[in-house]
Amino acid sequence: MGRYVFKLPDVGEGTAEAELVAWHVKVGDAVEEDQPLADVMTEKATVEITSPVAGKVMELNGAPGEMSPIGSTLVVFEVEGAGEPAKTNGHGKSSGNGQEKAPPIAVAAPPPKAKEAQRPALHAVAAAPAVANRTEESDKPLASPAVRARARELGVELQFVPGTGPAARITHEDLDAFITGARAKGPSPGVARIARSGTEEVKVIGLRRKIAEKMQEAKRRIPHFAYVEEVDVTELEDLRKHLNETKTADQPRLTLLPFIIRALCEVLPRFPQINATFDDEAGIVTRHAAVHAGIATQTAGGLIVPVLRNAEAKDLWECAAEITRLAAAARDGKASRDELSGSTITITSLGPLGGLVTTPIINHPEVAIIGPNKIVERPIVRDGAIAVRKMMNVSSSYDHRVVDGYDAADFIQRVKAVLEHPALLFMGR
Amino acid sequence: MTEKLQCQVLVVGAGPGGYVAAIRAGQLGLDAIIVEESRLGGTCLIRGCIPSKALIHVASEFRAMEEKVGKGHAGISLKAAPALDMAETVRWKEGVVDTLNSGVGALLKRAKVRVVEGRAKFSDAKTCIVGKTEIVAENVILAAGSLPVELPFLKFGGDVISSTEALSLKELPKRLAIVGAGYIGLELGIAFRKFGVDVTVVEAEKQILPLFDAELVAPVKKWLDANKVSVLLGARAKGAEKGALVVETAEGKPQSIPADKILVTVGRRPNTEGWGLENMAVDMAKETGGRFIKTDDRCRTSMRGVYAIGDLVGEPMLAHKASAQGEMVAEIIAGSDRRFEPRSIPAICFTEPEIVSVGLSPSEAKTRGQEILSASFPFAANGRSLSMGAREGFVRIVARKSDHLVLGVQAVGAHVSELSAEFAHAIEMGAVLEDVAGTIHAHPTLSEAFHESALRALGHAIHI
Repeated sequence: MGRYVFKLPDVGEGTAEAELVAWHVKVGDAVEEDQPLADVMTEKATVEITSPVAGKVMELNGAPGEMSPIGSTLVVFEVEGAGEPAKTNGHGKSSGNGQEKAPPIAVAAPPPKAKEAQRPALHAVAAAPAVANRTEESDKPLASPAVRARARELGVELQFVPGTGPAARITHEDLDAFITGARAKGPSPGVARIARSGTEEVKVIGLRRKIAEKMQEAKRRIPHFAYVEEVDVTELEDLRKHLNETKTADQPRLTLLPFIIRALCEVLPRFPQINATFDDEAGIVTRHAAVHAGIATQTAGGLIVPVLRNAEAKDLWECAAEITRLAAAARDGKASRDELSGSTITITSLGPLGGLVTTPIINHPEVAIIGPNKIVERPIVRDGAIAVRKMMNVSSSYDHRVVDGYDAADFIQRVKAVLEHPALLFMGR
Repeated sequence: MTEKLQCQVLVVGAGPGGYVAAIRAGQLGLDAIIVEESRLGGTCLIRGCIPSKALIHVASEFRAMEEKVGKGHAGISLKAAPALDMAETVRWKEGVVDTLNSGVGALLKRAKVRVVEGRAKFSDAKTCIVGKTEIVAENVILAAGSLPVELPFLKFGGDVISSTEALSLKELPKRLAIVGAGYIGLELGIAFRKFGVDVTVVEAEKQILPLFDAELVAPVKKWLDANKVSVLLGARAKGAEKGALVVETAEGKPQSIPADKILVTVGRRPNTEGWGLENMAVDMAKETGGRFIKTDDRCRTSMRGVYAIGDLVGEPMLAHKASAQGEMVAEIIAGSDRRFEPRSIPAICFTEPEIVSVGLSPSEAKTRGQEILSASFPFAANGRSLSMGAREGFVRIVARKSDHLVLGVQAVGAHVSELSAEFAHAIEMGAVLEDVAGTIHAHPTLSEAFHESALRALGHAIHI
């Protein structure tokens, strides 16, 4: 038996450290070669670390949420044969002797488990004898045909009903008790309200920590100002509906987003100070010829901003297809590092949840962010008469250090003009 | 097309699966049509269960009278041997069948089910052509049943017959050779033996009635031996030659068995061909080699709105299973949530004596890892049995050791078929040994043997 010291490999270009997000093994586990050991996260991407050897896990270094230097010892295995000396790279100060491991980073206590809130007293009422240990023959719950039929009609799965009869047979009374118990658990009127106690501590790690850091950075550094204008999208919506109805099978379904991106691409060349990034430490604003549109995307883990590159060179359908692909990649955790960085302006849309007005936080180091709100039909006075029109607010925030209010207002008014006269989307200048 | 019909439920096949489905659909207010190419009642009623039981009954009566010739039995004696007019026997049997057949017709009529006579042919899953009638249905219940399996080297025709022809023979053969010692072959073989026919049974397996355990089969074997029915085990039928069946014996030697008729009863196969099943986009069950139609626990096929029941969907190919599924499917179509989830499907063999099996046998239970209690009670110790002049057989109960849940009940003996209901009921209700032991069983009946078997499993039988 030998020891094999596995050090955290370089997982991203030039990153000095990575955050440990989750362990997939525990001490004592036997692992196969290429079996996932841990997830670590660098600037943008989460990387799965797999085992280089087959062996038994002797030691794990680091707790989820901690930063580990590249080259520090991650896992120590017991392996067949003589083992392998720890590789000396990165920060590891190994002597080259396999028996001596590189200095591990401090092993923190495991994160406090979410403290279970005390159960409301009501549960005790519904608590029933444990379901009998059912062996293979009684995988089917034991109940008379009448009880089975009644359970079906009630939509109750009998395997969840504890039986009190001989051989754990489920009786009509058991079914009654289960139903009333299930009802008592629900928030039905007439049931006494019970005060709850207990708290839950959730460690801010992984993507959530990244989001927290980015938001904090943007809000602290950037003096935001917001500007909101309403846009009549009746004609744009008519066009969108028509395109969706007449599109070919291989064309993607169009949401409003590609239209807005097209409008930005039409207008932004006149406003180079808005399609820009600001390195405030160097005091340099970089104005971008290309429009790399960040698309704020909600995923199960939290907010991610994949980037639609060179939006100015893509037509409506290409934009739509690329947005769909990026959103799916982000949600599946498959977006590459390149797809998650390099945006020059960001769009954040909540779709039908869009509300009246938002005050979005700028995606630092960008200088502007556009947040379309919800489309609603509203009575509008047009030419002295009231008309029902589809109206949408467009909220936007700017870095006031480098974007003046006048320019931002002018920018949004031109975007509004394009959106209200959709032909302008396709005319070029 | 001269006629176009529409309905909510189309049932194809009026056997015990199909006609029950149609009646239940009618009861539930569904507009139902049933298509049958032959007579209402299907295999079971027309050429299976019912006619065979009628024939078995007559054979037993005939045998009972023969036993009274000369010295007699229990004080009855006959001066001359009874005479048998087979044509009249078959006519009487047809009368029984006719009564039930017209009864099914009346029940369907009362349930307002339209009956269409003719062979169904589906052009797609919801469209069925019957002669010049086109039927378009919202829901379809396939209940086309099964057919006797034909051996390629013993094709039906002439003196090679299936069970269908065996039930309608106008004259008794002198010598009958039966290929296949399953329940159909033995039921008929024993009946013909009681009529005085020389019967030889050829079975490829090492045991007769291979689906039942040796203990249950022993009394039947004993009867066959005592009545000079030759049984060739491990022997393979090879073909027919003039007046004989050619077999290869277990030792690999050819043997010629003289026979006027050769009855082939080597099983039944689902009737899945020749009525347009291939046009319905219905998947077959891969695990059965594509023999049966694939269904779920609601008898739904892979095609929406098309259900299949009975012999078409798998073993056991038994009428009562088909009926239970038919009833269920009608209720599902009417909007109920139901599943086919019986704990047991009883199986009966109307041999001499009869065999019943419900649920798990002791060895099946053990194979499934159950620790069991098993006990049997012999009919030789049962008053009613002795008073009927029968002393063969027993009732055997199988229960789980830990909680005494009844897992299975088997019996062999005279008239035990009628006990099957109590066995199945006990299992379906989830009875434990104490439930059976605590139920007062009427005296003097055969059912007391069931009571005593439960007592014996609990360690305190009274009458043994």
